[in-house]
Amino acid sequence: MHVHRFEKLWFGASLVLIVAFLGTIIYGAVGPGVAMVDDSGGTVEPSVIADGNYEQVENFREPGVYDTDDGVNVYVVARQYLFQPGSSEPIEVPAGEPVTFHVTTPDVTHGFNLAGTNVNSMVIPGQIAEFTVTFDETGEYGIVCHEYCGSGHHTMEGQVVVVEQSEFEGGDS
Amino acid sequence: MATEHGSETGFETEQEYVETDDGTRRKLAFVDRFPEAARTARICLWIAFASFGVGALFGLIQALHRTNTLRIIPSADYYTILTGHGVLLGLVLTTFGIAGLFHWANTRSLGVAPTNKRLTQGWLWTMTIGTVLAAATIIAGLFDWIPASADVLYTFYAPLEAHPLFYIGAALLIVGSWGAGLDWFLQFREWRESNPDSRIPLQSFMVMTTMLMWYLCSLGVAIEVVVFLIPWSLGLISQVDPLLTRTLFWYFGHPVVYFWLLPAYLVWYTVLPKLAGGRLFSDPLARVTFILFLLLSTPVGFHHQYTDPGIASGYKLVAMTNTFFLLLPSLLTLFTVVASMEHGARQQGAGGRLAWLKGLPWERPEFSGIALAGIMFAAGGFSGMINAGMNINYLIHNTIWVPGHFHLTVGTAYALTLMAISYWLVPQLTGKRLQFRGLASIQPFVWFVGMVLMSNAMHRGGLAGIPRRTAEPQYEQVSFDAVVGTVGEMRIQIAIGGTLLFLGAVMFLAVMFGTWALGKPNSQLRVNGSIPEPLSGPEESPRVLDNLKLWTAIAVALVLLAYGIPLYDMVADGLLWPGSLPIPA
Repeated sequence: MHVHRFEKLWFGASLVLIVAFLGTIIYGAVGPGVAMVDDSGGTVEPSVIADGNYEQVENFREPGVYDTDDGVNVYVVARQYLFQPGSSEPIEVPAGEPVTFHVTTPDVTHGFNLAGTNVNSMVIPGQIAEFTVTFDETGEYGIVCHEYCGSGHHTMEGQVVVVEQSEFEGGDS
Repeated sequence: MATEHGSETGFETEQEYVETDDGTRRKLAFVDRFPEAARTARICLWIAFASFGVGALFGLIQALHRTNTLRIIPSADYYTILTGHGVLLGLVLTTFGIAGLFHWANTRSLGVAPTNKRLTQGWLWTMTIGTVLAAATIIAGLFDWIPASADVLYTFYAPLEAHPLFYIGAALLIVGSWGAGLDWFLQFREWRESNPDSRIPLQSFMVMTTMLMWYLCSLGVAIEVVVFLIPWSLGLISQVDPLLTRTLFWYFGHPVVYFWLLPAYLVWYTVLPKLAGGRLFSDPLARVTFILFLLLSTPVGFHHQYTDPGIASGYKLVAMTNTFFLLLPSLLTLFTVVASMEHGARQQGAGGRLAWLKGLPWERPEFSGIALAGIMFAAGGFSGMINAGMNINYLIHNTIWVPGHFHLTVGTAYALTLMAISYWLVPQLTGKRLQFRGLASIQPFVWFVGMVLMSNAMHRGGLAGIPRRTAEPQYEQVSFDAVVGTVGEMRIQIAIGGTLLFLGAVMFLAVMFGTWALGKPNSQLRVNGSIPEPLSGPEESPRVLDNLKLWTAIAVALVLLAYGIPLYDMVADGLLWPGSLPIPA
């Protein structure tokens, strides 16, 4: 089969480009440690969340911020059309230490995105999204539900407020 | 020698199709040779164009609404309009446009009419009824007094629930397209009986590899809809697993992108070189490209689920690796498109390092539309590479970047190619000369400028974190900080771009309507369907390229590798668990 010389060169260059792209991603995962949302949060029956029977599940708690020995944990319920906590009162977390979010929903699929950052997860009924974030600086971040969840979708938003560790009140434990 | 060659590869010599000055055609146009097939292709295209008109109007309403430029609907109805836009353009315009194009391409390149009239009518009616059911259910959502709606967007993630007729309509559209594929395979079998040793003609090869890919991937959405969503919306089963149904959707949701693109590729490989004044570079590499798409299009769907809980990172990594290798056939296509255009221009006497670009027939809309679509696709390809990277994806997932990206791919690479090729093909399918040629010749540029404005702003808006799929430009507790430019300027560009795109759609539809209504039948056409032979034909390439059974088997094996264990994981804890009851949208 006859392949033109320029086609061969292009083919080779394309393969190099592809391998280089894969290299940067693997470097990102191994070097700076960019982690992904995965299955570590486990599953939960959506009706348990809907009924508020949080004591029945091991991998989720009453929504709120918890400062425990193994770090700060934030449990969030996303529902049509608010984040609890997050919408009526901001989620307060400390700067400079790992904060682990656990997010689930009793109704439909939602999104949880701190606008303009790579803190970004789908929130799917039956699944608990778990991801850890370290905020380097204090400040306010808007939470956007970025998956269509019904006719009031555009009203679903909230806030995360990052404070100095000394000002952090620790939430419940 | 040339004719013998022509019958083997589906390419014919130019001389056979020359039309004389006195208005007689020395050889007949497609509509004269295959009147039935031309009629079927015409019906498909008219339905595609009608959906395009409605979908484009919905697009204009959205662009003006979410930029707060002009509001004629309440924000709650925005999602009904958005569902209509996505379904009519992403599923109906595409599927019918492809059916029309493939029906022409397969018949033309094999030189054999479709074999079974009842089958043809069957799939055409099935697809049409499906479209009417789904579209009517969506539009019913605008009227409170009709007790049906389907405000679920074109991804219809459970447990948001649409009226059962929406799911039934969508299923019929897909099942109908399977029948169309069967029609084309039977046509091929008929051809094979009288051509036992010939290489598969190139266009027919492309049609069949695309359809094999389509069978493999649309199985996912068919199972999602028929096994889970229809019984669930009818109350026959009480709950479905949202993650499982969503995964089945994305099993289909990425390859569907290639189902949209491959017909454009068919045009780029087989027709564009001729329109540029030359011929295709290499037939074997075109075959390799389509085989790569058959193999790699489907085992990549998890790259739409990088941010999903419940799926292990390893599965996402496999999908990402496949996705990046899927760049290869598109990069090869980029080479062929540019090389074919340069070759064509040089054949016509243009020279220079870049001056040959001026030698291309930019005044002819069938050429300029395809060339501009190709340029846009290159930009879309680069933003797609960002989407495909697992970690960078987290910055832009579900932001307005994403529709910015796919308006370059399906919204331009596919849609503008379909419009451009229609300027060339519709005369051959109707026997009528193209009307309003002046309007047609500027239309691709209007679309191009509109898309440059809208898409660049959407990409930049995504970097600022502005979400997709929302009726409102502003949030109370969230501020969007632009990385490049300002949010206000982006909104203006989206509004102006969206308006220009709608204008481009209206111009195209005016040309098509004018051709249908005003063109005289049996006119002497200004175009002809002959396609010159490639510089390198298929005869030197290995025959294994034509072994579709082998490639299909490998494609199935790759899908099993990528999806077998993840799907088993999701099903093992209960097919319908963790489950959700329906929540009407």
